[in-house]
Amino acid sequence: MSLRTPLGKVLGRGSAGDGVSHWWEQRVTAIALIPLTLWFAIGLVRHHADKFEDVQAWLSQPWSALLALLLVVALALHSKLGVQVVIEDYVHAKGAKTTLLLLSTFLHFAAAFAGIFAILRMALS
Amino acid sequence: MNPRPLSPHLGVYKFAYTMALSILHRIMGLALSVGFLVLVWWLMALAQGPHAYMEAIEVLRSGIFKLLLGGWAFAFIYHFCNGIRHLLWDAGAGLEKHQARRSGAIVVAATLVLFALFVWAVYCATPVME
Repeated sequence: MSLRTPLGKVLGRGSAGDGVSHWWEQRVTAIALIPLTLWFAIGLVRHHADKFEDVQAWLSQPWSALLALLLVVALALHSKLGVQVVIEDYVHAKGAKTTLLLLSTFLHFAAAFAGIFAILRMALS
Repeated sequence: MNPRPLSPHLGVYKFAYTMALSILHRIMGLALSVGFLVLVWWLMALAQGPHAYMEAIEVLRSGIFKLLLGGWAFAFIYHFCNGIRHLLWDAGAGLEKHQARRSGAIVVAATLVLFALFVWAVYCATPVME
């Protein structure tokens, strides 16, 4: 005998509703971040001693800007999902947990939009 | 919270270094989340202009940040290597105990080699801007 409701069975998502998508998004962003972070890390090492104009010129090129945008979005999502799991695993007091989850969500959205804005501003100016 | 028994009961296991690698993956991931905020702050400074960028670089080149940047580089390299190990597990490969130990050793070795390469590339191979 199953204790699951007929609707739950049809939706096929288990008890959490969105647990599977959380798991998948963490993996999909992880795979995307392999080439993206590799590109950016090599770029940072190559340009770390450059002058302002040269660093900006690097990230203003259309392809670099596109890769940087993808990097910021994938990083923000991957980081948000990761921090969420850590908070949910270790912070059990309800108030503190909700507060930290909210703070993390706001920070990640703010950081993502700041990164996107900065890259677009350099690429389009 | 109810005093119900919760899994996993970490305390009942004999310590194995793969456990340390596992918790290190999380700690490094958390550190990198903070690093992400610094990265975005650096991008904003770069978009703002030469003056803001020079100020940001000055902060990043100060003593404590120099150390932190090295730490973030290490955290990234470890999380990157061990992340690939996790993805292979997710694909169903290398889940046997002896395989997990071996891949753990490979991750540690790869991290040390790549970090040494990073230190060489940043501190030895390129002239530092004055």
